[in-house]
Amino acid sequence: MTKYTSVSIPLTLHKRLEKLIAKKTGFKSVSDYVTYVLREVVAMHELKEVPEPFTSTDLEEIKKRLQALGYL
Amino acid sequence: MTNAPHGGKLVQIKQTYKDSPSLAGFKENQKLAVSRETATVVANIANGIFSPLEGFMGENDYLNVLEHMRLESDLPWTIPILLLGPHNHHFSSGDEILLVDGAKHPVALMEYEGNFEISRQEYASKVFGTEDKAHPGVAKIFEGNECAIAGKLKAAVKPDHGDYADYTLTPKETRILFSEKGWNNVVAFQTRNAPHINHEYLQKSALALVDGLFINPVLGKKKAGDFKDEVILSTYKAILANYYPRSSVVMSVLHYEMQYAGPKEAIVHAIMRKNFGCTHIIIGRDHAGVGNYYGPYAAQEIFKEFPDLGITPLFFKEFYYCKRCAGIASEKTCPHGEEDRLSFSGTKLRKMFSEGQVPPKEFMRPEVAQAILKFEHPFVE
Repeated sequence: MTKYTSVSIPLTLHKRLEKLIAKKTGFKSVSDYVTYVLREVVAMHELKEVPEPFTSTDLEEIKKRLQALGYL
Repeated sequence: MTNAPHGGKLVQIKQTYKDSPSLAGFKENQKLAVSRETATVVANIANGIFSPLEGFMGENDYLNVLEHMRLESDLPWTIPILLLGPHNHHFSSGDEILLVDGAKHPVALMEYEGNFEISRQEYASKVFGTEDKAHPGVAKIFEGNECAIAGKLKAAVKPDHGDYADYTLTPKETRILFSEKGWNNVVAFQTRNAPHINHEYLQKSALALVDGLFINPVLGKKKAGDFKDEVILSTYKAILANYYPRSSVVMSVLHYEMQYAGPKEAIVHAIMRKNFGCTHIIIGRDHAGVGNYYGPYAAQEIFKEFPDLGITPLFFKEFYYCKRCAGIASEKTCPHGEEDRLSFSGTKLRKMFSEGQVPPKEFMRPEVAQAILKFEHPFVE
């Protein structure tokens, strides 16, 4: 099951986030909000580092099949 | 460059053949019989459709999915992928076991990691939001075993898709296809239906926003009253040949058993299409729903929970032919009431086709209707 840890943020930022959340953002807590935002940021960075999952040999073989099937 | 696979790596389990020496010599107590539907799951894990899964879930992933809609690794995932089997096995952690089909033919080689008990009630209420056995997904869970067998696949037998082989593409193949076509943005359309005019408008509206449209009908076990696999494929071939541009639309089928889990299944549908390389997915009205178990747009709402899903949903209201607008409209664009809409219930459509009648062209393309009429029994019974 998911375990949790604490991350320190400035108290002033915490207060601003509390005010933001109070304005019907749909988040239950500052922690929920921060988790949401960080997941979005992390996913964005992870996407930038992914190479194509096929080799040049794969490419040629698969292109032949796709051509034979009329896809290309 | 196509969209990154879920978790960053497209899983590729070693493919082998039924008569491979590596799959021979297993004793009966080292084998586990699996259903045809489980064999389909094996194939989907093996070719990366379920990336990042490399096998059947263990207890930590299972509980995390139920409680948090995420894998233990924090990646979004909403429906457990389990191998439910009998308790009376004597496997030990690390054992290699052979999964076999009903005819005792090898399906896959799996490294056994352990087993755990599931609560059917808990599974049903957390995945389907109901314990009502009239729900087809719930009924299936209550008919099955409660022992979940966890393990990673080491090798999988290349599946035989028979008549559908030429219409079945793996994620690796679709990724190369999209790339060769020069598509950077590809929208997926999930369907278990023959195409109506409203589907066509949905697809073409989405296509206007991206480079390519990937139509990906689901073939596999479905509920009574759904169109049979061969009808779905035949009708899509008919509509594609007559009304879709070849340069920006492709279709291949997905072998997958519908769960009818509504919003939670919409997320899994999105993940599968992300693994095929799609950047967007169409989510319309009552996506993956059944009966009145889910709100009409619940499958759109759930996407708000996943800022890190890595595929963008395109939300649409329902399209229909409006008699007063004299054209295709949607709840968003048309001010008229339901009485002005041309609509047919599933029951009425089934009756029409069984009597050899076709719906009006404002509801279904004549070529699609004719393709359906070629089948004596087009619906699952």
